[in-house]
Amino acid sequence: MKYSIALITIILLACSLQAFAQDNTPVEMADTLRRDGKIYTVVAGLVVILTGFVVFLIRVDRKLHKMEEEAKQN
Amino acid sequence: MTRYRLAWWKVLTLILLYYTAIGGFLLPVPRLHILNESIRLNYFHVPMWFSMMFQFAYSVWYSIRYLRSSAIEDDDHAFVATQVGFLFGVLGLITGSLWANATWGTFWTTDPKLNNTAIGLMIYAAYFVLRGGLQDETQRARLSAVYNIFAFSIFIPLIYILPRMTDSLHPGSGDNPTFRLFDTAHNMKLVIYTSIIAFIMTGWWFKTILFRLRTLTRLHHEI
Repeated sequence: MKYSIALITIILLACSLQAFAQDNTPVEMADTLRRDGKIYTVVAGLVVILTGFVVFLIRVDRKLHKMEEEAKQN
Repeated sequence: MTRYRLAWWKVLTLILLYYTAIGGFLLPVPRLHILNESIRLNYFHVPMWFSMMFQFAYSVWYSIRYLRSSAIEDDDHAFVATQVGFLFGVLGLITGSLWANATWGTFWTTDPKLNNTAIGLMIYAAYFVLRGGLQDETQRARLSAVYNIFAFSIFIPLIYILPRMTDSLHPGSGDNPTFRLFDTAHNMKLVIYTSIIAFIMTGWWFKTILFRLRTLTRLHHEI
Protein backbone atom coordinates (compact mmCIF):
# COMPACT_ATOMS: atom_id res chain seq x y z
CA MET A 1 0.00 0.00 0.00
CA LYS A 2 2.92 2.35 0.65
CA TYR A 3 4.17 2.25 -2.92
CA SER A 4 0.76 2.05 -4.62
CA ILE A 5 1.18 5.43 -6.35
CA ALA A 6 4.60 4.46 -7.69
CA LEU A 7 3.18 1.11 -8.86
CA ILE A 8 0.23 2.74 -10.65
CA THR A 9 2.59 5.23 -12.32
CA ILE A 10 4.86 2.47 -13.61
CA ILE A 11 1.91 0.45 -14.92
CA LEU A 12 0.46 3.48 -16.73
CA LEU A 13 3.85 4.35 -18.19
CA ALA A 14 4.20 0.79 -19.44
CA CYS A 15 0.81 1.08 -21.16
CA SER A 16 2.15 4.00 -23.19
CA LEU A 17 4.46 1.63 -25.08
CA GLN A 18 1.40 0.62 -27.12
CA ALA A 19 1.28 4.13 -28.55
CA PHE A 20 4.36 3.79 -30.78
CA ALA A 21 2.83 4.54 -34.19
CA GLN A 22 5.81 5.34 -36.44
CA ASP A 23 7.01 2.31 -38.34
CA ASN A 24 10.56 1.83 -39.46
CA THR A 25 9.83 0.51 -42.95
CA PRO A 26 12.00 2.42 -45.41
CA VAL A 27 10.30 4.94 -47.69
CA GLU A 28 10.61 4.13 -51.37
CA MET A 29 11.99 7.00 -53.33
CA ALA A 30 13.53 7.24 -56.78
CA ASP A 31 16.86 5.97 -55.47
CA THR A 32 17.20 3.50 -58.35
CA LEU A 33 16.83 6.31 -60.84
CA ARG A 34 19.51 8.22 -58.99
CA ARG A 35 21.85 5.27 -58.67
CA ASP A 36 21.63 4.57 -62.39
CA GLY A 37 22.22 8.23 -63.14
CA LYS A 38 18.87 8.35 -64.96
CA ILE A 39 17.71 11.24 -62.85
CA TYR A 40 20.01 13.43 -64.91
CA THR A 41 18.20 12.30 -68.06
CA VAL A 42 14.93 13.39 -66.46
CA VAL A 43 16.38 16.77 -65.57
CA ALA A 44 17.92 17.13 -69.05
CA GLY A 45 14.56 16.47 -70.66
CA LEU A 46 12.89 19.08 -68.48
CA VAL A 47 15.62 21.60 -69.24
CA VAL A 48 15.08 21.01 -72.97
CA ILE A 49 11.35 21.65 -72.66
CA LEU A 50 11.91 24.69 -70.47
CA THR A 51 14.46 26.09 -72.93
CA GLY A 52 11.91 25.62 -75.71
CA PHE A 53 9.41 27.74 -73.81
CA VAL A 54 12.04 30.34 -72.98
CA VAL A 55 13.17 30.66 -76.59
CA PHE A 56 9.55 31.17 -77.66
CA LEU A 57 9.08 33.77 -74.93
CA ILE A 58 12.18 35.72 -75.91
CA ARG A 59 11.26 35.63 -79.59
CA VAL A 60 7.82 37.08 -78.83
CA ASP A 61 9.50 39.72 -76.68
CA ARG A 62 11.85 40.70 -79.51
CA LYS A 63 9.02 40.92 -82.05
CA LEU A 64 7.03 43.16 -79.75
CA HIS A 65 10.07 45.35 -79.19
CA LYS A 66 10.52 45.68 -82.95
CA MET A 67 6.88 46.62 -83.45
CA GLU A 68 7.03 49.16 -80.64
CA GLU A 69 10.10 50.77 -82.19
CA GLU A 70 8.32 51.01 -85.54
CA ALA A 71 5.24 52.48 -83.89
CA LYS A 72 7.39 55.08 -82.14
CA GLN A 73 8.97 56.13 -85.41
CA ASN A 74 5.61 56.66 -87.12
CA MET B 1 16.30 52.41 -83.04
CA THR B 2 17.36 51.01 -79.66
CA ARG B 3 18.83 47.53 -79.71
CA TYR B 4 16.88 44.77 -78.04
CA ARG B 5 18.24 44.04 -74.58
CA LEU B 6 16.78 41.45 -72.23
CA ALA B 7 15.76 43.35 -69.10
CA TRP B 8 17.48 42.46 -65.84
CA TRP B 9 14.36 41.09 -64.23
CA LYS B 10 13.75 38.82 -67.23
CA VAL B 11 17.24 37.39 -66.91
CA LEU B 12 16.63 36.90 -63.20
CA THR B 13 13.33 35.16 -63.96
CA LEU B 14 15.10 32.73 -66.26
CA ILE B 15 17.84 32.01 -63.72
CA LEU B 16 15.29 31.34 -60.99
CA LEU B 17 13.16 29.18 -63.32
CA TYR B 18 16.10 27.00 -64.27
CA TYR B 19 17.16 26.76 -60.64
CA THR B 20 13.66 25.59 -59.76
CA ALA B 21 13.54 23.02 -62.55
CA ILE B 22 16.99 21.59 -61.88
CA GLY B 23 17.13 21.94 -58.11
CA GLY B 24 13.56 20.77 -57.79
CA PHE B 25 14.57 17.36 -59.08
CA LEU B 26 18.15 16.99 -57.93
CA LEU B 27 18.12 18.46 -54.42
CA PRO B 28 17.07 16.16 -51.56
CA VAL B 29 13.55 16.09 -50.19
CA PRO B 30 12.03 14.54 -47.07
CA ARG B 31 11.33 10.85 -47.39
CA LEU B 32 7.66 10.46 -46.58
CA HIS B 33 5.29 7.57 -47.04
CA ILE B 34 2.50 7.91 -49.61
CA LEU B 35 4.05 11.11 -51.03
CA ASN B 36 7.42 9.57 -52.02
CA GLU B 37 8.92 11.64 -54.84
CA SER B 38 5.65 13.40 -55.70
CA ILE B 39 6.43 15.83 -52.90
CA ARG B 40 8.50 17.63 -55.53
CA LEU B 41 5.24 18.72 -57.14
CA ASN B 42 5.01 21.10 -54.21
CA TYR B 43 7.65 23.20 -55.96
CA PHE B 44 5.29 23.70 -58.89
CA HIS B 45 1.72 23.34 -57.67
CA VAL B 46 1.95 25.95 -54.88
CA PRO B 47 3.75 28.65 -56.94
CA MET B 48 0.95 28.42 -59.53
CA TRP B 49 -1.47 29.68 -56.89
CA PHE B 50 0.85 32.40 -55.69
CA SER B 51 1.23 33.64 -59.24
CA MET B 52 -2.51 33.47 -59.81
CA MET B 53 -3.27 35.45 -56.65
CA PHE B 54 -0.68 38.06 -57.55
CA GLN B 55 -2.24 38.52 -60.99
CA PHE B 56 -5.83 38.62 -59.69
CA ALA B 57 -4.91 41.14 -57.00
CA TYR B 58 -3.13 43.28 -59.59
CA SER B 59 -6.14 42.94 -61.85
CA VAL B 60 -8.70 44.03 -59.26
CA TRP B 61 -6.46 46.95 -58.32
CA TYR B 62 -6.48 48.13 -61.91
CA SER B 63 -10.21 47.52 -62.22
CA ILE B 64 -10.72 49.90 -59.31
CA ARG B 65 -8.31 52.35 -60.94
CA TYR B 66 -10.25 52.16 -64.18
CA LEU B 67 -13.51 53.00 -62.46
CA ARG B 68 -11.85 56.12 -61.09
CA SER B 69 -9.81 57.18 -64.12
CA SER B 70 -11.84 55.89 -67.11
CA ALA B 71 -8.49 55.48 -68.89
CA ILE B 72 -8.71 52.46 -71.18
CA GLU B 73 -5.10 51.47 -70.33
CA ASP B 74 -6.20 50.59 -66.81
CA ASP B 75 -8.81 48.28 -68.23
CA ASP B 76 -6.17 46.73 -70.49
CA HIS B 77 -3.97 46.07 -67.46
CA ALA B 78 -6.85 44.49 -65.58
CA PHE B 79 -7.91 42.32 -68.50
CA VAL B 80 -4.51 40.86 -69.35
CA ALA B 81 -3.70 40.28 -65.69
CA THR B 82 -6.95 38.33 -65.34
CA GLN B 83 -6.00 36.28 -68.38
CA VAL B 84 -2.62 35.34 -66.91
CA GLY B 85 -4.14 34.70 -63.50
CA PHE B 86 -6.73 32.39 -65.02
CA LEU B 87 -4.02 30.49 -66.88
CA PHE B 88 -2.06 29.92 -63.69
CA GLY B 89 -5.23 28.91 -61.87
CA VAL B 90 -5.96 26.26 -64.45
CA LEU B 91 -2.35 25.05 -64.31
CA GLY B 92 -2.66 24.86 -60.54
CA LEU B 93 -5.80 22.75 -60.83
CA ILE B 94 -4.13 20.41 -63.32
CA THR B 95 -0.95 19.96 -61.26
CA GLY B 96 -3.06 19.45 -58.16
CA SER B 97 -5.21 16.90 -59.92
CA LEU B 98 -2.17 14.92 -61.04
CA TRP B 99 -0.76 15.07 -57.53
CA ALA B 100 -4.08 13.93 -56.08
CA ASN B 101 -4.10 10.93 -58.36
CA ALA B 102 -0.59 10.00 -57.24
CA THR B 103 -1.32 10.27 -53.52
CA TRP B 104 -5.07 9.97 -52.95
CA GLY B 105 -5.84 7.64 -55.84
CA THR B 106 -8.32 9.95 -57.55
CA PHE B 107 -8.10 13.01 -59.77
CA TRP B 108 -10.73 14.91 -57.77
CA THR B 109 -12.42 14.69 -54.39
CA THR B 110 -15.36 16.45 -52.79
CA ASP B 111 -13.08 18.71 -50.86
CA PRO B 112 -13.92 22.31 -49.92
CA LYS B 113 -10.67 23.78 -51.18
CA LEU B 114 -10.79 21.91 -54.50
CA ASN B 115 -14.43 22.65 -55.19
CA ASN B 116 -14.20 26.27 -54.10
CA THR B 117 -11.17 26.86 -56.31
CA ALA B 118 -13.00 25.38 -59.28
CA ILE B 119 -16.03 27.55 -58.53
CA GLY B 120 -13.82 30.63 -58.14
CA LEU B 121 -12.15 30.00 -61.47
CA MET B 122 -15.53 29.55 -63.11
CA ILE B 123 -16.52 32.93 -61.73
CA TYR B 124 -13.47 34.37 -63.47
CA ALA B 125 -14.34 32.47 -66.64
CA ALA B 126 -17.66 34.29 -66.56
CA TYR B 127 -15.65 37.54 -66.51
CA PHE B 128 -14.31 36.66 -69.96
CA VAL B 129 -17.77 35.66 -71.17
CA LEU B 130 -19.10 38.99 -69.94
CA ARG B 131 -16.42 40.90 -71.81
CA GLY B 132 -17.09 38.93 -74.96
CA GLY B 133 -20.75 39.77 -74.83
CA LEU B 134 -20.35 43.54 -74.70
CA GLN B 135 -19.57 45.51 -77.83
CA ASP B 136 -19.12 49.07 -76.67
CA GLU B 137 -15.60 49.51 -75.32
CA THR B 138 -16.43 51.84 -72.44
CA GLN B 139 -19.40 49.80 -71.34
CA ARG B 140 -17.37 46.62 -71.53
CA ALA B 141 -14.56 48.10 -69.48
CA ARG B 142 -16.87 49.50 -66.83
CA LEU B 143 -19.07 46.45 -66.38
CA SER B 144 -16.17 44.03 -66.35
CA ALA B 145 -14.34 46.22 -63.82
CA VAL B 146 -17.32 46.02 -61.47
CA TYR B 147 -17.64 42.30 -62.05
CA ASN B 148 -13.94 41.82 -61.37
CA ILE B 149 -14.29 43.49 -57.98
CA PHE B 150 -17.15 41.18 -57.05
CA ALA B 151 -15.28 38.16 -58.37
CA PHE B 152 -12.20 38.92 -56.30
CA SER B 153 -14.24 39.71 -53.21
CA ILE B 154 -15.94 36.34 -53.33
CA PHE B 155 -12.76 34.52 -54.33
CA ILE B 156 -10.89 35.35 -51.13
CA PRO B 157 -13.35 33.79 -48.66
CA LEU B 158 -13.98 30.90 -51.04
CA ILE B 159 -10.42 29.66 -51.17
CA TYR B 160 -8.77 31.06 -48.07
CA ILE B 161 -11.34 31.29 -45.33
CA LEU B 162 -13.90 28.53 -45.90
CA PRO B 163 -11.51 25.63 -46.54
CA ARG B 164 -9.49 26.38 -43.42
CA MET B 165 -12.51 26.13 -41.19
CA THR B 166 -12.96 22.44 -41.84
CA ASP B 167 -10.78 19.34 -41.89
CA SER B 168 -9.47 17.99 -45.15
CA LEU B 169 -6.77 15.84 -46.70
CA HIS B 170 -5.54 18.88 -48.55
CA PRO B 171 -2.86 20.76 -46.59
CA GLY B 172 -4.00 24.08 -45.21
CA SER B 173 -7.19 23.02 -43.42
CA GLY B 174 -8.42 22.65 -39.89
CA ASP B 175 -7.26 26.14 -38.92
CA ASN B 176 -3.69 25.54 -40.07
CA PRO B 177 -2.46 27.45 -43.13
CA THR B 178 0.77 25.35 -43.22
CA PHE B 179 2.80 28.36 -44.20
CA ARG B 180 4.47 29.12 -40.92
CA LEU B 181 8.28 29.05 -40.82
CA PHE B 182 8.48 25.53 -39.41
CA ASP B 183 5.83 23.95 -41.61
CA THR B 184 8.15 23.49 -44.58
CA ALA B 185 11.02 21.02 -44.30
CA HIS B 186 14.40 22.70 -44.24
CA ASN B 187 15.70 21.05 -47.40
CA MET B 188 12.53 22.01 -49.22
CA LYS B 189 12.96 25.63 -48.25
CA LEU B 190 15.94 25.69 -50.63
CA VAL B 191 13.65 25.50 -53.64
CA ILE B 192 10.11 26.48 -52.67
CA TYR B 193 10.75 30.16 -51.97
CA THR B 194 12.78 30.58 -55.16
CA SER B 195 10.12 28.76 -57.11
CA ILE B 196 7.36 31.03 -55.85
CA ILE B 197 9.33 34.11 -56.85
CA ALA B 198 10.27 32.55 -60.22
CA PHE B 199 6.69 31.81 -61.17
CA ILE B 200 5.35 35.14 -59.97
CA MET B 201 7.94 36.84 -62.16
CA THR B 202 7.14 34.53 -65.09
CA GLY B 203 3.47 35.41 -64.74
CA TRP B 204 4.44 39.06 -64.68
CA TRP B 205 6.47 38.60 -67.88
CA PHE B 206 3.49 36.93 -69.59
CA LYS B 207 1.30 39.82 -68.45
CA THR B 208 3.66 42.48 -69.83
CA ILE B 209 3.83 40.68 -73.17
CA LEU B 210 0.04 40.44 -73.43
CA PHE B 211 -0.31 44.08 -72.44
CA ARG B 212 2.22 45.28 -75.00
CA LEU B 213 0.48 43.21 -77.67
CA ARG B 214 -2.90 44.68 -76.71
CA THR B 215 -1.56 48.24 -76.77
CA LEU B 216 0.07 47.73 -80.16
CA THR B 217 -3.13 46.23 -81.56
CA ARG B 218 -5.09 49.18 -80.24
CA LEU B 219 -2.62 51.60 -81.87
CA HIS B 220 -2.79 49.63 -85.09
CA HIS B 221 -6.59 49.86 -85.16
CA GLU B 222 -6.57 53.56 -84.48
CA ILE B 223 -4.39 54.26 -87.52
